[in-house]
Amino acid sequence: MSMTIALEAFLTLPRGLLLTLVLTFASLAAGFAVSVPLAFLRASSNPWASAPVLAYTYAFRGTPLLVQLFLIYYGIGQLPLVRQSFLWAVMREPFWCAFIAFTLNSAAHTTEVLRGGIQAVPRGQIEAAKALGLSRFHTARLIVFPLTLRIALPAYANEVVGMLKASSLASTITLLEVTGLARQLVSETFAPYEVFIAAGAFYLLLTLLITQGFQMLETRWTPTANRPPPAQPVPRRANGKPPLASAET
Amino acid sequence: MKRTLLLALSLVVCANNAGAMDRKTLTIASEGASPPWNAITPQGELAGFDIDVGRDLCRRMKFECTFVPQDWDGIIPALTVGKFDAIMSGMAITEKRKKSIAFSKPYAGGFNQVVIRKDLNLPPTDTLAELDLTTIDPEKQAKIEELRAALNGRTLGVLRSSNSEAVLNELFGKVATIRSYDSQDNMHLDLVAERIDGGLADYFTWKAFLDSTDGGIATLYGPRLSGGLWGPGVGVGLRQDDGELVAAFDSAIEAATSDGTLKRLSEQWFKIDVSPQTSN
Repeated sequence: MSMTIALEAFLTLPRGLLLTLVLTFASLAAGFAVSVPLAFLRASSNPWASAPVLAYTYAFRGTPLLVQLFLIYYGIGQLPLVRQSFLWAVMREPFWCAFIAFTLNSAAHTTEVLRGGIQAVPRGQIEAAKALGLSRFHTARLIVFPLTLRIALPAYANEVVGMLKASSLASTITLLEVTGLARQLVSETFAPYEVFIAAGAFYLLLTLLITQGFQMLETRWTPTANRPPPAQPVPRRANGKPPLASAET
Repeated sequence: MKRTLLLALSLVVCANNAGAMDRKTLTIASEGASPPWNAITPQGELAGFDIDVGRDLCRRMKFECTFVPQDWDGIIPALTVGKFDAIMSGMAITEKRKKSIAFSKPYAGGFNQVVIRKDLNLPPTDTLAELDLTTIDPEKQAKIEELRAALNGRTLGVLRSSNSEAVLNELFGKVATIRSYDSQDNMHLDLVAERIDGGLADYFTWKAFLDSTDGGIATLYGPRLSGGLWGPGVGVGLRQDDGELVAAFDSAIEAATSDGTLKRLSEQWFKIDVSPQTSN
C-alpha cells in the first residue's frame, strides 16, 4: 500500500466524477421519461398493449448491460447502413452509445418498478376517482401516478444506485469516467489496490448521498397517518418503572 | 486438538514451499489478442510466436509449461500476486515495468508504427524508414514534427497500458484526440467503423489486421518507431523475487538464439527475422 499512489488516485479520479454523474443521471432521467407511458401500457389488461412492453423489458432485464453496450457500440458500428445515415453523427460518439444503452436498460427496469406500483394502488382510490367523475387520464395523472411514485420509491432508489454502479461499464468503450480513469492510472502505476480502493470510495460516497436523498423523500411523501411515530423518550416514574400505557390515558 | 491442527497446517505450508523450490511446472500468461505474437485459435487455445518460443524455452529448462490467457490490463498485477509465474505476451522490457517485475533477456526485437485510414489521403511517407526514439537529434525532431503536422486534429486509438499509449501521448497528445482501448481487436473494430482515424501499435499486430479483409481500409503511415519508452526489446516478465527463474530463462534464451531457433520461429511467424542478434 503506497500512500503516494493512493493520494494521486484521490486527486486524479474526481476528474472523472462529472462524466460518471452525467452518464448516470442523464440516462436515469431519459429512462424515467420513457418508462412512465410504458408502465401504464404494461399494467393495462389489454394484451396488445402490455405484451410488446413485456417483450422489451424482458429482453433488457434478462441480458447483461455489458452485452447491450457492446452490441450498441461495436455492433451497430459494423452496419454500413447506419454509418452512412444521419444516425452516425450520434452513434459514432462513445458517450451517446453509452447514454443510449444505459437509457434503454434503465427504462426497462424502471418500467417494471412503476408497473408494480401502479398495480399496488388500492382499487378503492380509483373507484373514488371514478365516482368524482374524473376521466381516465385525470385519474391516472392525479391519483394513480402520485400514489405509484410513493409506492415505488424504495425500489426506484435501488435502480438509481444500480445505474450509478453500472455507469462504470462506460470505461469499456474508451470513456474516461471514474472507473476509466482508475484503469488508466492502474496501467501507469501497476498498483491496482490503491487506485481501485480510491475509486470504490468515490462510488460509496455517491451511493451514500443517493440513499440519504431517497430516505428524505420517503419521509416527506409518506402520508402523515401512515408515518411511524417519531421516537420519544419514555418518561420514568420515581420507582424506575416505565408507566403503563393505559394508566396515563 | 489445537496442536494437531497447527501441525497439519504447518505441514501443508512446508509441502507448498517444497513445491515452489523444486518446481517442475510453470504457468505462463499471454494476452491472446495480438497475432502473430499471440492469439487464441478457434479451438480456444493460445498460439503464436510467444507460445512457440515459450514451449521451446520450457523444453530447454525441462519445465512442464501451461499457457493461460490473461487480459493485458491486469497482466502485471496478476503476475505479482502469483496467479501465474511468467508473462510471454510480446511485452517490451521497459524501465517503468522493471519497477514492478523482472525481465529476462530480450527474445525478440521489433518496432511500432502508426496506421491511418486510407480515405484520409494524407501526404505519403516512407514507411520503411526507421526512427529510434532513444536519443532525439534535430533531424529526428524534424521527422516527428512532420508526422505531428499530418496527424493534427485526428483521433487516434491505442491499447491501454501499452508503451505505445505512453509514446502516443508524448508525441501526439497535444495535437490529436487519443482513445485507449482494452484490446487491440476492439480498436480494429473502431478503425473499421471510422470512429478513429488511426492508431499506434506494434508493427506485427497491425500486419495481421492490415492483411485481413477489414484491414484493407487502412495503411501504415510514417517511419518504423522503436527505442525510447519501448526499451531494448521483448522479454519474459517474471516476479522480482524469482531470481533463479530469470537466470534459467536467460540461459535458455541465449541457447535458443545461438542455435538459430529464435530466428527460425521469427521467420515462421513474422516473415522477417526479429531475433535478438539482428535487432540489437
